[in-house]
Amino acid sequence: MLVYRINRRYISMKDTTKKVYDVIVIGGGATGAGTARDCSMRGLKTLLVERFDFTAGATGRNHGLLHSGARYAVTDPESAAECIKENIILKRIARHCVEETGGLFVTLPEDDLEYQARFVEACGNAGIHTDILDPAEAVRMEPAVNKNIIGAVKVPDGSIDPFRLTVANVIAARENGADIITYHEVIGFVKEGNRVTGVKLRSQKTGEISYQYARVVISACGIWGKHVGELAGVTVNMYPAKGALLIFGHRVNNMVINRCRKPADADILVPGDTICLIGTTSTHIPYDQIDHMEVTPEEVDVLIREGVKLSPALAYTRILRAYAGVRPLVASDDDPTGRSISRGIVCLDHASRDGVEGFITITGGKLMTYRLMAQWATDLACKKLGVDRPCLTAEVPLPGSEAETDVEKGRANVIGLSTEQKAAEGRHGTLSALIPNEKEYDDALVCECEQVSVGEVKYAINNLHVHNMINLRRRTRVGMGTCQGELCACRAAGLLNRAENCASRSLHDLANFMNERWKGMYPVAWGDTMVETQFTSWLYEGVLGLDSGDGHHEELPLGPVNAMEEADEEEPQPAQF
Amino acid sequence: MKFDTIIIGGGLAGLLAGIRLLENGKKVAIVSAGQSALHFCSGSFELLGRLGGKFVERPFEAIDSLPAAHPLKKMGRERAEEYTRQFIDLMKRAGIELHGDPERNSWRLSPVGLIKPSWLTLPDHLTFTNPHTLPFGSAAIINVYGYIDFYPQFIAAGLSKRGVKSVISTYDTPGIAHLRKSSTEMRSSTIARVLNDEDLEEIADQLNEKSRDCEVILTPAVFGLYSEEPLRQLRDLCDRPLWMVPTIPANVPGVRTQLMLRERFQRLGGEYLLGDTALRGDFRNGRLKRIYTYNLGEMPLEADTFVMASGSFFSNGIRANMEKIYEPVLGLDVSLHGGRTQWYDKDFYAPQPYEKCGVTTDDALHPSLLGKPVENIYAVGSLLAEADSLSEMSGAGVTMVTSLHAASEILGNN
Repeated sequence: MLVYRINRRYISMKDTTKKVYDVIVIGGGATGAGTARDCSMRGLKTLLVERFDFTAGATGRNHGLLHSGARYAVTDPESAAECIKENIILKRIARHCVEETGGLFVTLPEDDLEYQARFVEACGNAGIHTDILDPAEAVRMEPAVNKNIIGAVKVPDGSIDPFRLTVANVIAARENGADIITYHEVIGFVKEGNRVTGVKLRSQKTGEISYQYARVVISACGIWGKHVGELAGVTVNMYPAKGALLIFGHRVNNMVINRCRKPADADILVPGDTICLIGTTSTHIPYDQIDHMEVTPEEVDVLIREGVKLSPALAYTRILRAYAGVRPLVASDDDPTGRSISRGIVCLDHASRDGVEGFITITGGKLMTYRLMAQWATDLACKKLGVDRPCLTAEVPLPGSEAETDVEKGRANVIGLSTEQKAAEGRHGTLSALIPNEKEYDDALVCECEQVSVGEVKYAINNLHVHNMINLRRRTRVGMGTCQGELCACRAAGLLNRAENCASRSLHDLANFMNERWKGMYPVAWGDTMVETQFTSWLYEGVLGLDSGDGHHEELPLGPVNAMEEADEEEPQPAQF
Repeated sequence: MKFDTIIIGGGLAGLLAGIRLLENGKKVAIVSAGQSALHFCSGSFELLGRLGGKFVERPFEAIDSLPAAHPLKKMGRERAEEYTRQFIDLMKRAGIELHGDPERNSWRLSPVGLIKPSWLTLPDHLTFTNPHTLPFGSAAIINVYGYIDFYPQFIAAGLSKRGVKSVISTYDTPGIAHLRKSSTEMRSSTIARVLNDEDLEEIADQLNEKSRDCEVILTPAVFGLYSEEPLRQLRDLCDRPLWMVPTIPANVPGVRTQLMLRERFQRLGGEYLLGDTALRGDFRNGRLKRIYTYNLGEMPLEADTFVMASGSFFSNGIRANMEKIYEPVLGLDVSLHGGRTQWYDKDFYAPQPYEKCGVTTDDALHPSLLGKPVENIYAVGSLLAEADSLSEMSGAGVTMVTSLHAASEILGNN
């Protein structure tokens, strides 16, 4: 049943011309997807547009930390209170995206233990439950933590997978009738007088220009909201703050480990799936660099130096990748100098603020508060549209996190789910019931590190807006494991090519994908990462013969391939594009 | 334990030197940590395939234009020609018949249907002299049913560009059907192991049936893990020429080559310490006296001469940490100084500085320790500095020429 619904939405995705929506949401991060979900759940005809892929911005480039709010308790009580509320909501509505690991705030010998008392008190004020632990007890609970800690406090931190979370919101929006367009950039607005009535879109693939119309447009673009605002003729003062992180190829800790001090560089170590993450740094960067971020050697050094203090095992754990995201810091409107940064959620009604009707910006905030941000933006949109329907996003579980369905119960009763089936359930929750496994080779593993099967890849291609390898990685974790796409990328490209049926484009995509993987590897290219790097180069360039495709390689034809294929029911079915 | 020569590294470099020494009566041991680059090879050995980004037609001639520090240039063209003859004969004695004209590079079909330069090639794989046309007009691309490490559509696209029509299909056997039940077993070497015991006539019937209207059969290289025999038999049973397309690792013909060379080495009386790792060495008067390994603990291995054939980064012959690049066993001098930002190019496909990094030697291939050459050590193969085996396509060539040269020197010196 669900398959049918999802596929129907897919078809409706294409059929979006000459239609006036109630709301167009710009931005395919958690906030944009959450807003599209909220709008569509309140019965608004909704379109979500994203210039690249879901989670391509800050949503996909953070700690994946399910904050308890404790981190902000001392410095920003308002955010802390929001965080703990959303923390509790997400554990309920997004259980397949969340892991309740618990967290520690530890005091190192070099830190001031007096801060702990302030911290605990502030947590209490924000409604965050804390347990002060004996340091020895904390070491027993989390053996990876530095044994020399002089203080420890337990808080309800956890980890959250922002990729799953966003896609679950997208699926929910689609199930409620929203249309979704990816790889289309908003390059201008359609205006009637002072009213925004639509957006001008450019296809990233073909360059084709198109228009979509709506009564309200919501910009949910994070730091890119500044630019989108300018296109609509409004000024939103934002400051990009870059945060760099390192991913380790092993899950050394099972609880989130925070440093109990005023927020500073590299003081959070988060476990997630099979890995752990240390971050972040914080550097203001020029706005024109937000699309070209690199992690510098200095940032890597700081992250390692400080990370090892939290968990000494990091000193000899392989680093898989380095990456950086941009926090959207918004200047407060009430400060004429523009220097005062608003820490919390910023929801701007450009009608009252700037005299531009039909346009809303939702920004600031955090991954943790994406749902609340969506709620604020949707409340405002509803007000403008004269719609009076309650927000249900805090009560209704996300697709994948519903109570166990009969299908799932049936599957769980099968003795011994395979590792890849369990991994898929972890990634897709109850939706994993939709993963095809009738053919014996649907269970064949594409990605050994992350246990992704042929069936899961097929499911993602058909249902989760997958057009290229990077999309596939974000939906399934193909290529995210210890080998960073060494062998699985080839296999996945082979399967994607079956769906897209263009060998040239698929190979080009594969070549790009390896370069994208390299971008995160070169800042940490030593030790075993260097071993893996050379092996990967050997395979992709030496054996397969790929290169960046800038002219001197053997280019393949773009046209149809002169090959007949025998009907073979074991081959993956063509995707329903 | 005392040997004439101890070789660190059991890949192509170590085995070639070892076999040559054994064939001339030396007592030799190889310390091998495990897998060899041969397991991941394309099935073609390259001497010098590309220079300055351009295809090299005559590899021996191109050696002259290499920079002075390049190992092939140090060896010189005449020696390269001489060692090539030795190499072909040595491989033949090990049971491996290479095809290809040593004077001229030809072309091969990559696992994703791209056309790449090749030099001397294993008998499984197809080569051709013109990159724009193939020696046939139609091909049956026949995959093993359910095998996802082989890409018929990519290969068909590569053929199509050269005017070749293809028909894509699959074949199956009872053993493969059984293998498919496990999600992780459909990998090249496991398939080859299973096919070893399958009915070749039955497979050939399927291949013949499915290639009825085609001139040649192309199928993944999953035949003959231990010897070429199954491949030879299958070819005899097929109605038309049968070529194996290399797969993503492991490439079965490469694994077989390493196994056959190892077998040759051991049959000649060589000591092959498999799964052991050299840890350190003792130097006396500027010469290496003995080495210690992980398995043998405090029991040293002594020899008159040593050959370092321990490979590049991915074989752990060279290591990098956050501060520096180093040779981990003996601490030999390496090229490429400067911080880690100097080691790489941000474009994955650009020539990478780290590829050229390795142990530096004098013209006789003696590496140095703190600037002083060590006369009883030879460094060979991809451990050597200044060759970029990827962008030059010179990996096997450097390995073959330098390891046979080290063997000659050792034989000549004694």
